[in-house]
Amino acid sequence: MMISARDLTCRFAAHTAVDRISFEVAPGEVFAFLGPNGAGKTTTIRMLTTLLPVTAGSIEIDGLDPMRHPNEVRSRFGIVFQDPSLDKELTALENMDLHAALYGLPRAVRRSRSGMLLQAFGLWDRKDGKVKEFSGGMKRRLEVARALLHTPKILFLDEPTLGLDPQTRNQLWTYVRHMNQNEGVTVFLTTHYMDEADRMAGRVAIIDHGRIVATGAPRQLKESTRKESLEEAYLAIAGTAVREERVGAVDRLRASARAWRT
Amino acid sequence: MSAIYVLWLRELRRYTRSRLQILISLGQPGLYLLVLGFGMGAVFRQAGRGSYVQFIAPGIIAMTILYSATFSGISLLWDRQFGILKETLVAPVPRLYIMLGRTSGAATVAFLQGALVAVVCLVAGFRPVQPLLLPAAAVFVALIALVFAALGTTFGSTLKEMQAFQVVMNFVVMPLFFLSGALYPLDQLPSVLAVLTRLDPLSYGVDGMRSLLLQQSHFGVMLDTAVLGTLAIVLLCVGAWRFGKIAA
Repeated sequence: MMISARDLTCRFAAHTAVDRISFEVAPGEVFAFLGPNGAGKTTTIRMLTTLLPVTAGSIEIDGLDPMRHPNEVRSRFGIVFQDPSLDKELTALENMDLHAALYGLPRAVRRSRSGMLLQAFGLWDRKDGKVKEFSGGMKRRLEVARALLHTPKILFLDEPTLGLDPQTRNQLWTYVRHMNQNEGVTVFLTTHYMDEADRMAGRVAIIDHGRIVATGAPRQLKESTRKESLEEAYLAIAGTAVREERVGAVDRLRASARAWRT
Repeated sequence: MSAIYVLWLRELRRYTRSRLQILISLGQPGLYLLVLGFGMGAVFRQAGRGSYVQFIAPGIIAMTILYSATFSGISLLWDRQFGILKETLVAPVPRLYIMLGRTSGAATVAFLQGALVAVVCLVAGFRPVQPLLLPAAAVFVALIALVFAALGTTFGSTLKEMQAFQVVMNFVVMPLFFLSGALYPLDQLPSVLAVLTRLDPLSYGVDGMRSLLLQQSHFGVMLDTAVLGTLAIVLLCVGAWRFGKIAA
């Protein structure tokens, strides 16, 4: 298995964000995590990507424990975060170069793979343009291209299409699918757009209140709930009640980011 | 190790590319130097202290470094959620290297900014008594930059909210400046103020620069160097420890 989590738990003070979840993702698979805000999707990704210590349970990424071998695990995955993480003052190519240097890629590999990925994601013409002049869709594509630069085995995408228009979303997923098929990279994604999950994911897991409440291929979930679309199946499983999310420090940072339009 | 270099280079590039911002950041020191320097000049001279511009120039350079270094350190708070720093935290690089790259970059930028203000000071009429000691003064300036960049990194790694940024600026950075003796001589102070100024690390920075550039010293350049050197090491360690604790 490329990713396997067993009884994975994350507790903050009094609040259990992730509660004994278990799942496995096979090499080359596209796996989607679905759930309302605050369900524990991002927290799970943070634990899988060495950013947050595990409270209880275990994780294996390509057979390695992220807590014990953080750097080996880090070189095996690429990630696109929910919040933007590009240097806007630098050009697209400089952002790629910075990433390559951090991952210790040899110069020759850096050049050729940067070029290939920028071309594959339709950014080659703008490689010397500053990121601050890019549209939302271009920034996202650049982030995905950058995450694939060091030829990771796993690509984590945390709500990568949030705030993008349908055309741009469609284009982004086409690129991701292309890389999944060409390079066999395993994709672990979260999204609120059920049509995307339905189209992209081989299997999905629905997570709510920190627990996995259903797993299976989108078709299986639709059949078991006797619904037409994954969206209806999802609402049948997770319920229609709106979750009142607790607002934390990061949400307040996001609010200021929106206010400053950064 | 190349990670330290690329992160350092990145800070430098960002600085040299933002021409407008460089110009804007000269505004505050320029105001202090020209308005305060010439405005208080007559009073200062009558008190038998000589030229006020001459006296505050090292203080204004130190202020520039203090603001630039701490500000860029604290902006790490922003960068770790909405910037490239988040990316570096999942890179297969020890956190220590990332912290060192970022902090040395912030210190270098602060140093350059200080050098720029030094040029403005020279244009405004500041004349070092011992021009041969300028390189020594530059080393001192670099030390100040490192101390406050490390302090900024410590805050930037520890804080969680942007509001805290204001609190730090108002209750840490401003007092550091006003208690440093950048604007007034440290002798003949009321005892409470005398104690507070002695506790302010920037006092030793300003004093060291004054002793090298103007041959006037309150603490002695040896003590200044010892205090700042020790503090640089301590704050780099604390900063590295706090930075290692960031759970992004």
